[in-house]
Amino acid sequence: MIRYLQIFGTFVAASLVRDMTFRLNFILECVTGLGWMAMNLAFYLLVFSYTPEIGAGSGWTKPPFFVFLGTGLIINAIVQAFFMPSAEEFAEMVRTGGLDTTLVKPVDAQFLLSMHRVKFSAFANGLVGVALVAWGVSKLDPAPTTAAWLLYPLLLACGVAILYGFIVMLAAATILMGRNQSLYDFWFYITNFSRYPAEIYTGPWGGPLRMVCTFVLPILLVVNVPAHTLALPIRTADVRLIIAAVVAAAVMLGLSRLTFQAAISKYRSASS
Amino acid sequence: MSGSATLSREQLLPSWHGWSTMLSISVADRLAHRGDFFVGTLFRFLPIVTQIFLWTAVFSAAGSGLIAGYSRNDFVAYYLLTMMARSFSSMPGLAGGIARSVRDGSVKKYLVQPVDYVGFLMAARVAHKLVYFAIAAAPFSLMFFLCRDFFPPLPEATTIAAFLATLVMSFLLGFFLEATLGMLGFWVLEVSSLIFVYMLAQYLLSGHMFPLDMLDSIELTQAGFTLGDLVQLMPFQYTAYFPCAVWLGKIEGQELAYGLLVEAIWVVVAAAACRIAFLRGTRRYSAYGG
Repeated sequence: MIRYLQIFGTFVAASLVRDMTFRLNFILECVTGLGWMAMNLAFYLLVFSYTPEIGAGSGWTKPPFFVFLGTGLIINAIVQAFFMPSAEEFAEMVRTGGLDTTLVKPVDAQFLLSMHRVKFSAFANGLVGVALVAWGVSKLDPAPTTAAWLLYPLLLACGVAILYGFIVMLAAATILMGRNQSLYDFWFYITNFSRYPAEIYTGPWGGPLRMVCTFVLPILLVVNVPAHTLALPIRTADVRLIIAAVVAAAVMLGLSRLTFQAAISKYRSASS
Repeated sequence: MSGSATLSREQLLPSWHGWSTMLSISVADRLAHRGDFFVGTLFRFLPIVTQIFLWTAVFSAAGSGLIAGYSRNDFVAYYLLTMMARSFSSMPGLAGGIARSVRDGSVKKYLVQPVDYVGFLMAARVAHKLVYFAIAAAPFSLMFFLCRDFFPPLPEATTIAAFLATLVMSFLLGFFLEATLGMLGFWVLEVSSLIFVYMLAQYLLSGHMFPLDMLDSIELTQAGFTLGDLVQLMPFQYTAYFPCAVWLGKIEGQELAYGLLVEAIWVVVAAAACRIAFLRGTRRYSAYGG
């Protein structure tokens, strides 16, 4: 474990050197991310100028909703910083045969392939997320309980773990399907469902969709559970969702491990 | 090498045969990736699903049946129509491609051959759109059929004609705006940050994110000049908001005629800007070696 932490530390240092070598590019990436984020924020501010709440009786008024947005930004920043850059390179490695050199190295292939590159510019949005959560929490009445504060980091970690599982399985699909040019597209469309509070999915279509996105593809647990735990009062039903998030994180990590190993066993080198 | 001096009028305005050849080359190129096109188009409708639920939730708490003059059904119809308008006006990779061809020197083949570069790019985009609609017609029809209850009754023939005219002009406007942006590559080496600013402005100010009427509630001056008024002075609204508002009957009569005229003027201005940028750019462009 310590050895892996040391290797990861080396990856972080190397990525930092790389990012700082192209400082202007780094600044542009930060500005790009912040620009899109600011635009989304402006959109929700506009929406709240027309309605006091997203979903009648849902509790998602402006302060809790901004805690929700901030939580989403934090989780996505962690995923975009630590896992997404490596996953994006993965498809190219399969296509060119560059995967071969990785597989013969004396470290775990999944660790190496999913965490070797860190994108520091992704943290810019994460910092804004922290600021949004701080602003939202300061306006909450009642303020979050101690239990909520203790659960929040654990549930953030669960959200990250669920998304990591999705990324690894999508990357594994690269080997099985022979193509994954649209990895990022799939990622966008999957995570799109997690961008809003689960309470909006109601009615004859919304109910089943909510169930599927909670218990089959647990994408709705990623942001909803930590944000709900911190921003809104915890009820009995929410405790079940908290347990579901922890279980889903464990299942996704296990399942992604199995999928990845199955995919690697089917890998046939593309190099000569 | 200086390209513009060698261009004759015939080269700038290629014959029908030249146009059809450029078009058929581009159609063949696009058809090679038809599978990606089909799957990509289907997935692009997924965010509409979340938009339906989001706006249903917003309206359930808003306490009013209308937001900025739009009902919940209008919002859903608006987003679907926006997808159609954007499929006409969006030009993925156009500006970046032009700037790259200037940077890596590949633009010089258009300067020494009897082919007009802007004309070639236009033919390629027309081909791209033709193939796109041929393949995307099925998923588009399916989605519009499934969501038919969100739409108001079919508008009059004149409104439909105006809608189609706005779509064609939105294609031309989107093309010339982005092509002009790409031509800036003759003066600045890296236009990616400019493209980013353009995309941001385009997404926010075109009405892609929300109907621009929502901005009418934000007053900028005491005289009642709103953010909506300011945004409507820009050309971006014609690439998304305007066609949708026309179909939904939000813009009618004299206002519609005036809007179509202003859109046509923007197309002419953007086309002139693109042509001038190309001519001036090629005049200062230099390339050496093979």
